[in-house]
Amino acid sequence: MSMIEIRNISKWYGQFQVLTDCSTNVEKGEVIVVCGPSGSGKSTLIKCVNGLEPFQTGDVVVDGISVADPKTNLPKLRSRVGMVFQHFELFPHMKITENLAIAQVKVLGRGQDEARERALKLLDRVGLAAHAHKYPGQLSGGQQQRVAIARALAMDPIAMLFDEPTSALDPEMINEVLDVMVELAQEGMTMMVVTHEMGFARKVAHRVIFMDQGKIVEDDQKEAFFGSPRSERAQVFLSKILQH
Amino acid sequence: MSAWDWQVFCKNTLDGSVVAGCFGSGGDITYFDWLLSAWGWTLSVSILALVVALLLGSVMGILRTTPSRGLVLLGNAWTELFRNIPLLVQIFLWYHVVPALIPPLRAVPSFILVVLGLGLFTSARISEQVRAGIQSLSRGQRMAGLAMGFTLPQTYRYVLLPMAFRIVIPPLTSESMNIIKNSSVAFAVSISELTLFALQAQEETSRGIEIYLAVTGLYFISAFAINRFMLWLEGHLRVPGMIGGGK
Repeated sequence: MSMIEIRNISKWYGQFQVLTDCSTNVEKGEVIVVCGPSGSGKSTLIKCVNGLEPFQTGDVVVDGISVADPKTNLPKLRSRVGMVFQHFELFPHMKITENLAIAQVKVLGRGQDEARERALKLLDRVGLAAHAHKYPGQLSGGQQQRVAIARALAMDPIAMLFDEPTSALDPEMINEVLDVMVELAQEGMTMMVVTHEMGFARKVAHRVIFMDQGKIVEDDQKEAFFGSPRSERAQVFLSKILQH
Repeated sequence: MSAWDWQVFCKNTLDGSVVAGCFGSGGDITYFDWLLSAWGWTLSVSILALVVALLLGSVMGILRTTPSRGLVLLGNAWTELFRNIPLLVQIFLWYHVVPALIPPLRAVPSFILVVLGLGLFTSARISEQVRAGIQSLSRGQRMAGLAMGFTLPQTYRYVLLPMAFRIVIPPLTSESMNIIKNSSVAFAVSISELTLFALQAQEETSRGIEIYLAVTGLYFISAFAINRFMLWLEGHLRVPGMIGGGK
């Protein structure tokens, strides 16, 4: 059984169709990179996986649990899937440790001490233990994004979703975030990553999905995708972003 | 008009004789006693109305930002109802019309009716501010809360409201000061607050200038105290690293 199964999802905003019959699977321990031009539906697709974006037809099954089923306890399902956003979305009024601890306490029911201990361990892992007592606004973008990754990991997720995690960062901060993600991938975390970082894709992705106009145009093994993408649209996209 | 006569406040309200020490005794009261008691009524009406307004205004403001269409409609209807009717008219409605329609309310003292009237009027304004505060936060904050596994109420409690309320402290300050000033309409239904005191005392003593200056001073002090308190609160809740966060 796949960790994440996306089955024929379609989604409309009013008359406008943002996703058209998208299907793919993510196996346990697999790293999938989703790329494509802006407005192609990548972010929308990844937000359908944990039900942050509703969809009208099709279904997503995460670890055997249906996202579309109205009987599904969505908060519980979401607590098992980590998510990292383009704009970090740390909680600005909480110290870094509280950012990592609060959902452990309020959602998973862990004790304060246990949650803090876990928080500090993860902060140490992303190299930010020294900033534990600060507020998000006092950190750089790259640091905030690493905290956001640690915050998601604190919930012991079965899979991680990344929605353009480096797009809002200054160039010199991108690598510190990618390094953390590469490490995570190499440890065997199941990951679905929306990104334009093709270096990251080459290094750790197993498969690459290319989207255009709300459709999954290519869904290939990494080697096949970078070797010779079948669709013209993907060839043009790759030639544009790999030019420099 | 002769020179100012501040001794007017030391006069007994019954026979107009000046009482030594300015405080009446044995059941008699001076105008100074009356002034203080009127100030107490003003503060009581204001503070209770503020509590009503903050509670209901926050709830209605929150409802208007939920994904549920029915709740949004309820919050919108509430807000439009209470902010499109003049305050004085609302007070009269509470005093004359509502008890006529709902007989059990006839037994309710006018003090409570004024608190409700002023509180609901102000709740519409606070609802608008709370809604704006929540909507000023990025959509990603709500998503981040939900993605952590928080339920919608938890997302509001731990993620959205702590920031939204910090953002709306300045307009809430204005609203809290307004409620002190707006409490003067209570005179219209015979609550013995500062404005009613001023009207009656200057009638009896003909010392309108002294009476109105004293009442003005007390209104000013009350509103100013709220202003200072809210300023302290704002500084106290400031988030380090945010705009205006200092440090």
